[in-house]
Amino acid sequence: MTASPVRTAPAPPVLSESTGVPAVRDRWRTPAAAVVATVAAYLLFRGSATLPHDDEAAPFRLLGDLREWVDANRNASPVFLFLVNYVRLFAGAVNDGLALLLRELGWAGTAGLATGIGWLAGGPRTAATALAGFCAFGVLGVWPQSADTLALVLASVLLSLLLGLPLGVWAGRSVRLRRLLDPVLDVMQIMPTFAYLAPMVLFFQIGPAAAVVATTIYAIAPAIRITALAVERVSPSAVEASASLGATRWQTLRTVHLPLARPTIALAVGQTVMMALSMVVIAALIAAPGLGAGIVTGLSRADVGLMLPSGVALVVMAVVLDRIVTASARSAVPARSTLVGAAALTLCGVAASGLLGNGFPPGWTLHLAGPVNEAVTWAKFSWYGVTDAVRNLTTEALLNPLQEVLTGSPWWLVAGVALAVAWRGAGPRNAVVAVCCLLATAPLGLWQHTMETLTTVLVGTALALAAGFTLGVASALSPRFSAALRPLLDAAQTMPSFVYLLPALALFGASRFTAVLAGVVYALPPVARLVQDGIGAVSPSAVEAARSCGSTEWQVLWKVRLPLARGAILLAANQGVVMTLAMVVVGGLVGGGGLGYDVVSGFAQRADFGMGLAAGVATVLVGIALDRITRGAAGRPARKVSRRFPGKTGKKRIA
Amino acid sequence: MVPSGGAAIEVRGLWKIFGPGADRVPHSSLARLPPALLRERTGCVAAVRDVTLSVRPGEVFVVMGLSGSGKSTLVRCLTRLVEPSAGEITIAGQDVRAATPAQLRQLRRHRVSMVFQHFGLLPHRGVLDNIAYGLEIQGVPRARRRRRAEELLSLVGLDGFADARPDTLSGGMRQRVGLARALACEPEVLLFDEPFSALDPLIRRDMQAEVTRLHREVGTTMVFVTHDLSEALRLGERIAIMRDGGIVQLGTPEELVGTPADGHVAAFVRDVPRGEVLSLRWICRRPRDGERLDGPALASGTVIRDAVPTAMGTALPIVVVENGRAVGVVDRLDLLSAMSGLPTTGAGRA
Repeated sequence: MTASPVRTAPAPPVLSESTGVPAVRDRWRTPAAAVVATVAAYLLFRGSATLPHDDEAAPFRLLGDLREWVDANRNASPVFLFLVNYVRLFAGAVNDGLALLLRELGWAGTAGLATGIGWLAGGPRTAATALAGFCAFGVLGVWPQSADTLALVLASVLLSLLLGLPLGVWAGRSVRLRRLLDPVLDVMQIMPTFAYLAPMVLFFQIGPAAAVVATTIYAIAPAIRITALAVERVSPSAVEASASLGATRWQTLRTVHLPLARPTIALAVGQTVMMALSMVVIAALIAAPGLGAGIVTGLSRADVGLMLPSGVALVVMAVVLDRIVTASARSAVPARSTLVGAAALTLCGVAASGLLGNGFPPGWTLHLAGPVNEAVTWAKFSWYGVTDAVRNLTTEALLNPLQEVLTGSPWWLVAGVALAVAWRGAGPRNAVVAVCCLLATAPLGLWQHTMETLTTVLVGTALALAAGFTLGVASALSPRFSAALRPLLDAAQTMPSFVYLLPALALFGASRFTAVLAGVVYALPPVARLVQDGIGAVSPSAVEAARSCGSTEWQVLWKVRLPLARGAILLAANQGVVMTLAMVVVGGLVGGGGLGYDVVSGFAQRADFGMGLAAGVATVLVGIALDRITRGAAGRPARKVSRRFPGKTGKKRIA
Repeated sequence: MVPSGGAAIEVRGLWKIFGPGADRVPHSSLARLPPALLRERTGCVAAVRDVTLSVRPGEVFVVMGLSGSGKSTLVRCLTRLVEPSAGEITIAGQDVRAATPAQLRQLRRHRVSMVFQHFGLLPHRGVLDNIAYGLEIQGVPRARRRRRAEELLSLVGLDGFADARPDTLSGGMRQRVGLARALACEPEVLLFDEPFSALDPLIRRDMQAEVTRLHREVGTTMVFVTHDLSEALRLGERIAIMRDGGIVQLGTPEELVGTPADGHVAAFVRDVPRGEVLSLRWICRRPRDGERLDGPALASGTVIRDAVPTAMGTALPIVVVENGRAVGVVDRLDLLSAMSGLPTTGAGRA
């Protein structure tokens, strides 16, 4: 009995020493060598094989010709005659019908209707929110635009839900359909809003109909995905019990799946509304009417006073819609008295509309443009020292050097480094896909602009992650801080992306930094929230065990909470990258440059359409590449950790 | 076509295999591989392997085994909630495997009901509507199904809880609702899938008593799956012990405790208080030469523990009587060694 430990004990320490110490050195040797080789290659080959940008590149001309062909054959090709044109007509008709309804109801009538719906959904508080919101539209002097936006949103949401909910229910019950849809939805969700627009123009021309189609497609992803998730997560024991009693598939769907999934499906509706709202605004670029038009004009002229009323109205609309949808998710079937109250409110509104006329009384409107612009000018001048320093520091210290390296390196070096980094972080498959996507931008003629966009995205993501991570950790550790932060994050997450450009533009003028800043602010809330939730979800027993060993709070954080929250933190990084990309591309409107600018000028000038479309495709490719790398890392649970720890644990066991 | 004298459930050569290409396993040589090897060769897991059993009408038949032994899969195969890979199933003369989807629904609606470990109640409905759910599925009009549900509510002792939501009830009460729902459609066969393993021990005792009472009153055939041996012994007229998907031993509680088929079963029943399970029939022996046979007489079905007072009152051997005929004797020493699990001197299980 005593012989065996004596015999085996000396052997393992030798083993661990011989493999353990060099293993640590090995771990650093390869990356260090790679870094040295990369730097050397950069210095040697700088300036060669850089694929500079050319506005007249062949792919652009080809895509331009495609548009010419489509325009020429719009009324001849059967695909257009029997499908595309009908879709366009139908989407347009739904939107026109709703717009007409809102116009006929007038401001007071619509406000009454919304207040009634608010009353039905969530009682007096929600009703009051709705009423205040509609008053705000009027007071800001943007009621007609708000009505147009509302009609677009309602039309798109209606179509999205009509298609998305049944598809989601089906996907929730059929694994095969789910597998088919998942990759499509993945791409749809990382596709920046901008990228949807160019193909829409190609097929559906410009105007509200194209905007409705684009928004419907954009907003359908969460409708399908969340509904499928809700149906899939319905307690299997309830489903089985239903089957054991001899229910048909339809009976089980009606009596078990749908009622149990209802709260989550309401969440899907809410998401769809929010996505639709942010898309409808951007659709102003393809001549959709409404609040977005004011914002786009304001952005292109850097006129904050012009776009502020629209921006504020947009935020108000987001809040009102969000409140109504969330409240209706919680409420049960309304009582008769509630129904009567809601009907009375609506009738009051319609009656008032008869008295006031269709519009909002002009005398009650506030004219903000002048004072706002004065305030903005004042802020710009008096804070110039600070804002200018911040902007220049970021631009000179981060953006410019990185951009110089990325655009100045040969394409093969950039691709090689990307491949190496992705391979190490996300595994070979994701790395190959990501690098292929990145390289595919070269034949599109957009390598240089892709590198410029990548620069802003990388800088923006780094800043957003640093800030979001700090906020997330802080609020996970301090309940009081979390309570203070939560309403801010909630509000920030309901805001349409465009709105973030406003304050950034007001303070920093049109520049690349403005786009980065807007991206950081846009990506910050979800990153902070994911980090906080991830750390909060760490098993309390693990934390307790660490404390019982005498760990300090810092040790608990570094050795227990953060490693266990690794998945959530990497997911936060993924979200941060995707959202920053979306915003940075939108930043093309305010001097962001890169692909975003190409997309915008593609809408503005017919001659640049080809470049715009190609740039849209390139943003999607960049999005897929970044998503693959970050999500791939999240999907590989602690492989590196397990490779690192055997030596250590082995040593401990022997000691 | 009732093959075996009107058995309520007849299962022959039943297989359920999970994994790629599952259907080819039962009829090939792969079927004889031990589980680990089968998994290595094909990536398949045999959850139920070659099970044959027959349940008599009105019987309480218990399927017992550790988790992963395939007992829950077996019971689900009976009404094809899990589709079997091979074999025959007959319930009250109906060939279940050949049934069309519509016939299968009729079977589930009217003849076989199931009670689940996690209850499977619908959280958005009140208790009464949960009980009436099976009738609703059948298309019974609302007034009638609610009336029937109210009857069952008092049968399971939940009067006054008609409108309560399931999540406001305790575990025991929830399972009463599950039981009432299963009983509502007056099934011929009740299947129980570990119905009480999520409950506290005391509540579990109550519920077991409830099942015994219902069985006495309603007389339904029951198939009861459990991993709890004491529950199996308390309820089961016959018990099938499963391991790795197959039945290791099938018999009365006494047979399992008295003559375990292998080490696995023996390990299971080792801690069973033998005095409460084994009867005198099991331990009695031929009288030795010169032993007196004028001691007190007890019926052969008497459990050992119940024979203790008699043995305490006399020093003479007890005469064991079956059908009015003496079949053997037991003395104090026999009783003590039987209760302690040592080999009995008689070892006579003629």
